Amino acid sequence: MSADLESILRPVDNPMPPFPAKHVTIASGEEMVIRQVTRDEIPDILPHVAPLIYVERDFYDVVAARVYSELLSYYRYRIQDAYVLVAQIDGELCAVVNGRMATPEVGMSLHTLAMRRGLRIGAHAFAAKMEYHMDIMGQQEVLIVAESPIGFRRWMIEYNLEKRFDVPHELGGVPSWALTKELFDRARATLVVGRRPVPEELLEKAHAAILPPSDPPTPPEDLLAATRSQYDSTGTALILQRWRQEGKV
Amino acid sequence: MRSVYVIGIGITSFTRLEYPLSEIAAYPAMMAMKDAGRKEIDHLYVANMGSGRVNHQTGLASAVVDTLSLTPAGAEAIENGPASGASAIKTGYMAVASGVHDVVMVTGAERMREVNNLEATEFVATLTHPLAEYIYGVTLPSLAAMFTRLYMEKYGVTERHLAMVAVKNQNNALKNEFAHLQQEISIEGILDSPEAMTNNPYVAEPLRFFDCCPVSDGGACVILASEEVARKVERPLVRLAGVGQATDTHAVHEREEPTDLLAVRRAAAKSFEMAGLAPSDVDVAELHDAFTILEIVESEEVGFFPKGEGHLALERGETAIGGTLPINPSGGLKGRGHPVGATGIAQAHEIVHQLRGDAGERQVKDAKVGFTCNFGGFGNNVVCLTFVRGN
Repeated sequence: MSADLESILRPVDNPMPPFPAKHVTIASGEEMVIRQVTRDEIPDILPHVAPLIYVERDFYDVVAARVYSELLSYYRYRIQDAYVLVAQIDGELCAVVNGRMATPEVGMSLHTLAMRRGLRIGAHAFAAKMEYHMDIMGQQEVLIVAESPIGFRRWMIEYNLEKRFDVPHELGGVPSWALTKELFDRARATLVVGRRPVPEELLEKAHAAILPPSDPPTPPEDLLAATRSQYDSTGTALILQRWRQEGKV
Repeated sequence: MRSVYVIGIGITSFTRLEYPLSEIAAYPAMMAMKDAGRKEIDHLYVANMGSGRVNHQTGLASAVVDTLSLTPAGAEAIENGPASGASAIKTGYMAVASGVHDVVMVTGAERMREVNNLEATEFVATLTHPLAEYIYGVTLPSLAAMFTRLYMEKYGVTERHLAMVAVKNQNNALKNEFAHLQQEISIEGILDSPEAMTNNPYVAEPLRFFDCCPVSDGGACVILASEEVARKVERPLVRLAGVGQATDTHAVHEREEPTDLLAVRRAAAKSFEMAGLAPSDVDVAELHDAFTILEIVESEEVGFFPKGEGHLALERGETAIGGTLPINPSGGLKGRGHPVGATGIAQAHEIVHQLRGDAGERQVKDAKVGFTCNFGGFGNNVVCLTFVRGN
């Protein structure tokens, strides 16, 4: 591809202030760092997103496929005014959130992908993303959609989002919901937490390496279990018992 | 009366299950038959609270007995709110002890996540007094919160004590592969850190998110049999030695002393009396901690600790695995989950594991006597069971 054509295809980003890293103590007592990643770090994240494309529950497959595409697009300059934040505990990748500055006033929330479930890890990362749009970029509202019922509970219900159904969202053209400045200010005290600056030691660990998630969502190991208990968190509860009774484990 | 033994046990994961309710009841039953090495069952009891309302399925026992290909064995469903499981075990006990049947299967199941959390909470609230409580919007979390507030004022229990129960039980659940909650929590994360109020917000003050059990799907099963049958089964003998049940006023405000759970006290006393044992004989217990406060109060009412001192025993670590009287090593309702109709049977399932000595990482050393308390309504219908290892 000629350099000239690449300069046409590659969007020119508008200036966006950086997201200042913060840290949150999660329910386990662990310290989670939420920080912005650079383009150069995207190849370190992609291998941890790819396996989730095959997790057919809670819309992990759809979200992971889209996130993979968005991260790759960001890495290879095919999306404009985008950013990526990650949540890490001791370097371990726990969540990825991303979005776009659609206009100087309006943000476009793209995805929240939690690699470690529960303990509000995804919710804290999402809150940081909203903080970036509202407080750091100074935008007036953020357009949001949810693929999964869990996302709907976390965003639409917890933040009491307004309907913007006349505006198709960039994700599939579905009706948008909006977080306005007023709604964000109402949620600020209860949902948007974290401290700055991040202690140097924590930040260094986060920057040193993006480590693989220790307990990512996985498809059930056993096909029988997959068909009969796809939401079984152990994946193979019944199989396990059978194995145990047969002395296999 | 004849002695009654548990010869087989089975359980599903307690989580969100996507298969039909009758199969949630049938799978643990199949596991229990495999565990017992026996397919011949004289009678089936199915414990369930909400199939008609939540799953639009009635006649559940007929569905389950056919799913298991156990026809023409007799089958019926037992409904006693969240104590349905232990009530069904009690009914099975009577069937075997009386000599009417030799082998009885008791399976419990609930599929609560077919509806959303609000509907599930509303469904459980229908067990409150329809005219004195329900119509005013009372839910179980709100009743428990009022109860907790009174208990705190009277006995000095604090939110830290409640958090200690939550941490203990949820972290016990990490040792139980069938438990609903598989995330470690800490006092720092849910109580002390600047982010604690977001991590662990109030649901009904003073009860917070981590003080409440999750809404779970799940099933559990035990097979009860006469001594003659039990001796032919290649499993360690576990005898159901005591069964006690008691009731209290339907409306909580009608109780003379609302911080007393008299039905728990009386049901436990009956169970111990039948077993010829005392609370001090118990090595391991599963108590109905739908809310963290309930573990503390039940531990007093059943006689493990003096009234008003359960939280002190908790502080001393006596109720932890490795303590003098471990409570809820399975994770309890708080960590293992609470599919209401299955809960009482899951409690028995855990105690049988403990008494057989095969509870793995959560094994209580040399457990010989186990106890369960299954709490129906808000303490208005309680069933307690006492199990012993061997004869």
